[in-house]
Amino acid sequence: MEGTSLLSWMAWTWPTAGFFIFVFVCLVAMVAWERLAPGGSPRRGVLGLDTTRGDRLFISLLGSAFIFLIWLGVMGAPLWGGLGISIVFWFAVFRWV
Amino acid sequence: MNKVVNQRAWIFVLPVVLLVAFNAIIPLMTVVNFSVQETFGDNVFSWAGLTWFEQVLHSERFHAALLRQLMFTAIILVIEIPLGLVIALNMPRKGPWVSVCLVLMALPLLIPWNVVGAMWNIFALPDIGLLGRGLNWIGFEYNYTRQPFAAWFTMVLMDVWHWTSLVVLLCYAGLMSIPDAYYQAAKVDGARRWAVFRHIQLPKLKYVLTIAILLRFMDSFMIYTEAIVLTGGGPGNATTFLSIDLQKIALGQFDLGPAGAMSIVYFLIILLLSWLFYTLMMRSEEK
Repeated sequence: MEGTSLLSWMAWTWPTAGFFIFVFVCLVAMVAWERLAPGGSPRRGVLGLDTTRGDRLFISLLGSAFIFLIWLGVMGAPLWGGLGISIVFWFAVFRWV
Repeated sequence: MNKVVNQRAWIFVLPVVLLVAFNAIIPLMTVVNFSVQETFGDNVFSWAGLTWFEQVLHSERFHAALLRQLMFTAIILVIEIPLGLVIALNMPRKGPWVSVCLVLMALPLLIPWNVVGAMWNIFALPDIGLLGRGLNWIGFEYNYTRQPFAAWFTMVLMDVWHWTSLVVLLCYAGLMSIPDAYYQAAKVDGARRWAVFRHIQLPKLKYVLTIAILLRFMDSFMIYTEAIVLTGGGPGNATTFLSIDLQKIALGQFDLGPAGAMSIVYFLIILLLSWLFYTLMMRSEEK
């Protein structure tokens, strides 16, 4: 992605831009979700942690990063398997943590 | 119930958001971009995909630096947190010595990191340094420029000297905030010194200790300036911690792609360990 001269030093690529857009969309979606259906007080999940929706998003993002790294370290590219595990992990975190 | 929403707060938060964006988020985004590309300079990049991440994850050099970093941080926490707590417990609470102690404790924190490294570099030199010469004089064969153990010893000693004060000051502030009524109640109950510490002071210091452990963990895990000035990562690679290795790759070799991938892995490890520390300590607080 060439971009403008102002942003060219940041060396943007479409995949990395897509990743940050995804994170931004997640944050906007969380705000919209909270507006439409407030999550209320933190709840205690299977790990014994009191978490809000924001905490669960953080855990999901951080956990996914490590799932991808472990997948890459053990199995190598491509990361489709890691993606599948991450989606299951996200669902599990939002449902039970 | 209608909740009153005051949107003006956003205006007050905006400067901090902008500051964090410029000094943290934009550089982080740039590092992510570098981590998937190859460059030979002149701002020309080509796509490399996940190559650098695979390289970093399988790199023995990275594993060794990570192990050294974890060992250093563990040693630092094991020494500095109890030592800081013990010093704080023994500092005077009233009288003229309070100011003297506080100033003495604050002094190491006021010295710039590169100056600390330079000071200890000279202080520990085996031929002219007071510490180095003194240790050799009393019979220890000590030369931190050649012996890995001596280099580690000096590095840990320097960090303890520089940063234990931070733990002391945090713990001291926490101790001063405990109301006298608690101590009076303990006295009425005939509590011994250990019981006062275990049931009054330690629980009241938990938040402060959490902050102290987090700060010392993050700082020691990212140690760079003092270490590079003191040993430059040597002898050999004995004190090449992650940050020093990263600097060598990024600026020494100008391998921005591998350095970007390594930075992200490094960042994620710090983020995970900090979150774990914080969560576990807050959880024990609730219990």
